[in-house]
Amino acid sequence: MAISSAPGEVVLAAEETRARRWLSAVGDFCRRRPLGAIGAAIVALMIVVAALAGILAPYDPVAVDFAAMLSKPSAQHWLGTDSFGRDVLSRLIYGSRTALFVGFGAAFIGATAGAVLGVGSAYFGGRLDLYTQRLMDIFLSFPLIILALAIVAIMGNAIHNLVIAITIPMIPRCALVIRSSALSIREMPYVDAARAAGFGHTRIILRHMLPNVMAPYLILLTAFLGQAILLESSLSFLGLGVQEPTAAWGLMLRGAAVEFAETAPWMAIFPGLAISLAVFAFNLFGDSLRDALDPKLRSL
Amino acid sequence: MKKYLLKRFLLMFPTLLGVAVLIFVLIRIVPGDVVELRLAGDSSAVSDKVLAEERAKHGLDKPVWQQFATWVWGAVRFDFGKSMWTGAPIYEEIKLRFALSLQLAIMATVVAVLIAIPLGVISALKQDTWIDYVVRIASIAGLATPSFWLGIVFILCLLIFFKWLPPMVYTPFWVNPWQNMLQLIWPALAVGYRYSAVATRMTRSAMLEVLREDYIRTARAKGLVEKLILSRHALKNALLPVVTVICLEFAFLLGGLVVTEQVFNLNGLGLLFVQAVAHRDYTLVQALVLIVAGFFIVVNFAMDILYAWLDPRIRFR
Repeated sequence: MAISSAPGEVVLAAEETRARRWLSAVGDFCRRRPLGAIGAAIVALMIVVAALAGILAPYDPVAVDFAAMLSKPSAQHWLGTDSFGRDVLSRLIYGSRTALFVGFGAAFIGATAGAVLGVGSAYFGGRLDLYTQRLMDIFLSFPLIILALAIVAIMGNAIHNLVIAITIPMIPRCALVIRSSALSIREMPYVDAARAAGFGHTRIILRHMLPNVMAPYLILLTAFLGQAILLESSLSFLGLGVQEPTAAWGLMLRGAAVEFAETAPWMAIFPGLAISLAVFAFNLFGDSLRDALDPKLRSL
Repeated sequence: MKKYLLKRFLLMFPTLLGVAVLIFVLIRIVPGDVVELRLAGDSSAVSDKVLAEERAKHGLDKPVWQQFATWVWGAVRFDFGKSMWTGAPIYEEIKLRFALSLQLAIMATVVAVLIAIPLGVISALKQDTWIDYVVRIASIAGLATPSFWLGIVFILCLLIFFKWLPPMVYTPFWVNPWQNMLQLIWPALAVGYRYSAVATRMTRSAMLEVLREDYIRTARAKGLVEKLILSRHALKNALLPVVTVICLEFAFLLGGLVVTEQVFNLNGLGLLFVQAVAHRDYTLVQALVLIVAGFFIVVNFAMDILYAWLDPRIRFR
């Protein structure tokens, strides 16, 4: 490139190398961690399926057809129908929307709130840190599902409330891990420098500390994704999560699926496989990401 | 170390108090109360006077702080009062169900340990061979499979292949151990698989770390038998984090079995909790949460003592 080239061209070239670097990083990840790449591929597939549910699903997921009640997997209904004659495959496809919405929603909010709390607690230290720790201890002593159950009982089971119910038990778990990484970052010279330069607390936390806990944050985020999907399906299975007739995998396993398990096993088997596959993919990807970013965090 | 343990011991109490406050407040925010729900079943129109009388009977007319004080004072003496829904003493309501959930949790732990430790060790020893890959995939799958669904699949398989269903009525172990085992082994396996997955992964990574230590090389160099190196040098040191996850999971199981109990129609603590919340049975919900959380806190404390016992380096710090 000539020295006299226009500044626009330089920016373009820089962007191009950045894109190439990013691509090569992705290629590297796939080559070194084939399992993680498989997980990522399944996740990507799931997102595509959820986005194109309207086109892909052969039937309306809530359309009741009593003539086709409990029919076996066949050419018309690939995965059979349930006790209302609804197509299981279509419900699975639409169910991926519910799972992804709750999964990404809860994991993103939970990990972010936890990160802010953890970093803040580590940064300010002292009494504030002590009190937050005690508060986290209290929340941590509740079993995940019991806390979620109580919150759903209070707020009702609309889908966004479900996200909150799943998020709240995750926050202290995230805050705990992030806090311990942030503690060592607080001692770094560049944080001292920022403080000496007269930056405010908010700026130091957001610009200097948060970016440096990105690795544990991303790892927690992917770990929570799978857990959130599992928790949502558990709650829906108990009848306390997503309500009929919305398509959700956990809900599909509830009631009739167990009652008619012997005569119509497809109703019980496929939704469970979908949950397992989704969580499996997220875990596979998350595991490889963890190994790549920070092998020390193996305990998660 | 003693000072640390004492501090940890004393810290248990504020945490428990916090749990008590939290659940006391949470359950009261849930719309509707036990009196409304119970009387609404009898007739649609109940006069406000009757409602008020009923509330007074349960002490619900008193100021909130007074209700809280009465409850905590009772709980301190292990007297949780009576269920607001059935009127039976909480102790009676919980006794059998606690035994059931505890037994299930213990059985699941045994299943998990029996699977996890051998598999984790083999997987670490044969790192990056096909055995390792199979174990790792099986354990990631274990984390991904909902245990309630696994339970459904177990029941389905038993039905289809053996035309047999596990007994549906709970028999306490001391009445008929065989019947009891026949019923509980399936949920224990379903929960244990997930549980073992967590522990297998931990065993594998802890073993991998320990096997790279200098003293293992020394032990090999001086010609020690491989079996002894593994059992006495490697495993013993790798066990600490494994014990941690096993204890943590165990502590959560008591309250975390809600969904599995539903599948196997087991009348355990989880099911009781779901019903109690649905009935707004304040006293029962409070007692259950306090017991489950208290159990978790105590197990956590016991874990710290166990640490000191397992690892002399911690003991003398």
